[in-house]
Amino acid sequence: MSHKHAKQNYEIKLVGPAGSAQTLSLSGRLDIYATDDLLDQFAKILGASSLQTLTVELSGVAYLDSGGVLALNYLETQAVKNGVELKMQGLSQQAQQMRQIVQPDQLKPPPPPPPRHPGGYIAVVGQAAMNLVADIKEVVSFVGELFLALGKAIRRPRSLRWGDVELYMEQVGVDGLPIVGLISFLLGLIMAFMSAIQLKSFGANVYVADLVALAMVRELGPIMTAVLVAGRSGSSFAAEIGTMIVREEVEALEVEGFHPITFLAVPRIVAAVLMVPLLILFSDVTAIIGGLIIGVTYLDLTVYGYVQQTMGALGVSDILLGAFKGTLFALLIAGIGCQRGFTTMGGAEAVGRVTTSAVVAGIFLIVVADSIFAVVQYYFL
Amino acid sequence: MQDERNQSGAAPDSPVVVKDLSLGYGREPILQHVNIEVAPGEIVVIAGGSGCGKSTLLKGMIGLLTPLEGRVWLDGVEISQADEKTLNTVRRRIGVAFQGGALYGSMTLAENVDLVLADAVRLDKKTRNTLVRLKLALVDLEGYEEYLPSEISGGMQKRAGLARAMALDPTILFFDEPSAGLDPITSAELDELILKLNKAMGTSMVVVTHELNSIYTIAHRVVMLDKSEKGVIAVGSPTDLRDKSNDPRVTNFFHRKPRN
Repeated sequence: MSHKHAKQNYEIKLVGPAGSAQTLSLSGRLDIYATDDLLDQFAKILGASSLQTLTVELSGVAYLDSGGVLALNYLETQAVKNGVELKMQGLSQQAQQMRQIVQPDQLKPPPPPPPRHPGGYIAVVGQAAMNLVADIKEVVSFVGELFLALGKAIRRPRSLRWGDVELYMEQVGVDGLPIVGLISFLLGLIMAFMSAIQLKSFGANVYVADLVALAMVRELGPIMTAVLVAGRSGSSFAAEIGTMIVREEVEALEVEGFHPITFLAVPRIVAAVLMVPLLILFSDVTAIIGGLIIGVTYLDLTVYGYVQQTMGALGVSDILLGAFKGTLFALLIAGIGCQRGFTTMGGAEAVGRVTTSAVVAGIFLIVVADSIFAVVQYYFL
Repeated sequence: MQDERNQSGAAPDSPVVVKDLSLGYGREPILQHVNIEVAPGEIVVIAGGSGCGKSTLLKGMIGLLTPLEGRVWLDGVEISQADEKTLNTVRRRIGVAFQGGALYGSMTLAENVDLVLADAVRLDKKTRNTLVRLKLALVDLEGYEEYLPSEISGGMQKRAGLARAMALDPTILFFDEPSAGLDPITSAELDELILKLNKAMGTSMVVVTHELNSIYTIAHRVVMLDKSEKGVIAVGSPTDLRDKSNDPRVTNFFHRKPRN
C-alpha cells in the first residue's frame, strides 16, 4: 500500500458496522503521495451497495495539499453519483483555505491545442516546400551580403576585425592540428597497408608511395580535412552565432550600427580560408609519414627511396590543386556555418538544430563541390 | 536551544537552516559566515543591492553550489554533506522558481509541470493531468496547457516556472527574483499568490528580491546582504529595518536613496 518514494503518513479508518451509515476517519498527511491510494480506497468504500450515509471525520488531518484536495473532491462527486449522502466535518481552517485555492471542479474543459498545422497534411507539405524556397532565398541573400562584406574588407583591410580573425585562426587551425594529424596519419597508414598486400604480390612495392601521395594530396587530404573542419568549426560557428541570436546580442550589434555579417561572419570565414589550406598540407604530410612507416617496416623500402618516389609522383600542380580545393571548401563550410547560425529562431533546441544543419549542409556542399571539381579536372585540365 | 543542538550535530527542525556558510566561485569567497534559519510557514526575503551574492546564496541553499565552508539543512537533512541520492530525495520536497522560468523549451507547459509529477508520484495520466491543470490555473495560466514556452510572454513563462516548482506541493519554495521583469499588476498578483499559498499550505518560502513593494507585502523577515561586507548586515521585519536601523546601507536601501 505504501508508495516507493514515501512511507505512509496518513491513516484511513472506516468506523461502524457495514450497513447504511458509516463514519470514515481520515488523519495525518493527505498529500500528493497519498492521492493514488486515497482514490482507490474511496472508490472501494463508495462501491458498497448498502451504504447510504457517510460521515467523513477530518479533524485529524494535519496537512492537505492539492493531491489531497483532489481526493476529497473525488469523494464528493463520486458520492453524488452513487447516491450516497456525504457529510464532511472537522476540516481545519488551513485545509479549508487550501480547498478554496485549489478547486478542481472549477477547471474549464481543456482547450484545444493551439493550431500549429492548420489545414492538415497537404498544408504541412506545402509549408515545407515554402520553407525550402524561403531557405534557398535566405542562402542566396546571405551569399550576396557576404560578398559585399568581403569586398569591403578587401578594399579596406583595416575595417576587418583582425583580432577576431586571429582568434578564429587559432580555433580552426592550431586547435584542429591534433585531430587532423591523427586521422590523416592513420589514413595514410591504412591506405599503404591495404594496397601493400596487393602490390607486394606484383613486386610493385615502391608504388605504394605513389598511391598514398596522389590519393591523399589530390583527393582524400582536402576531403578529410574539410569534413573535420565542418564538424569542428562549422558547427561551432553556427552554435556561437545561434546563441548570440537567442540572447539578442545580434540585435544589439545591429542597433549599435554594426553589420552582423561583417562583424560575425567575415572574420570567421577569412580565418577558415586562411587556415584550411594549411591544414590540408599538414594532413598530406602526416599521411605520407603514415605510408612511409608501412613502406619501411612492411615493404623493405628505405626512407630515402620512399621519399624520392613520393616526390617523383607529385607535381606542384597537385599541391596547388589541393590548396585551391581547401580554400573553396573553407568558404563553403564557414559560410554555411555562419548562415545557419543566423537563421536561429527560438531557444536552446533551435541552436541544436542549426548546428546539426550546419554540419550536414557543410559536408553535403563539400562532396558536391568535390564532384564538380573531378568533372572539371577530367575534361578541362 | 537550537544552537546547542546544531553544535551537537543533530539535525535541526526548521525547514531551512544555514550555518556559518561561506560561498564563492573558485577560492575567493563572495559570502562569508552566513547564518539563516527559516521557521515553518515563514517567508524570508533575501535582499540587497546588485552583486551582493543574493542569487549565490540561493544556489548554496538548494545545493547547486558546494559551500567553501559551513553547513545547510533542508527539511532536517544536511545537504552540504549529502550524497546524490539523499540530495535528490530532499530536492523533491522543495520547489525552485527560477528567474526566467527556466522552462524546458521543447515541452509544452503541461509537459513541463508533469515531468516531475510523472516520475515521483504513482497516479494515472488523467489524475495527473487534472493536477497539472490545477497548478497552471493557480498561476492564472489555465488554457495554456498545450503552448510551448516560446509561444508565451516572459511574465507567463515566469508564472509557468512557478507552477512547475509547485508540481509536488513542496514544503519549501525558493524564488529567484519573482517580480523582476513583470508589470506592476502581474507582480502584485504574484505577491498575492505567494501569500495565499503560504497561508493555505504553510509553505516556508525563501524569496530573493530587491523590489521594495514586494518586500513590504510578503516578507515576514528580511535578511539583508552587502557586497563589501560579504555577508549579512541586518535581519528584521521590513518596517523595522526601514525605520529603526542605524546602518545607512540598510536605510538607504529601504528609502531608495543613492549611495552618496
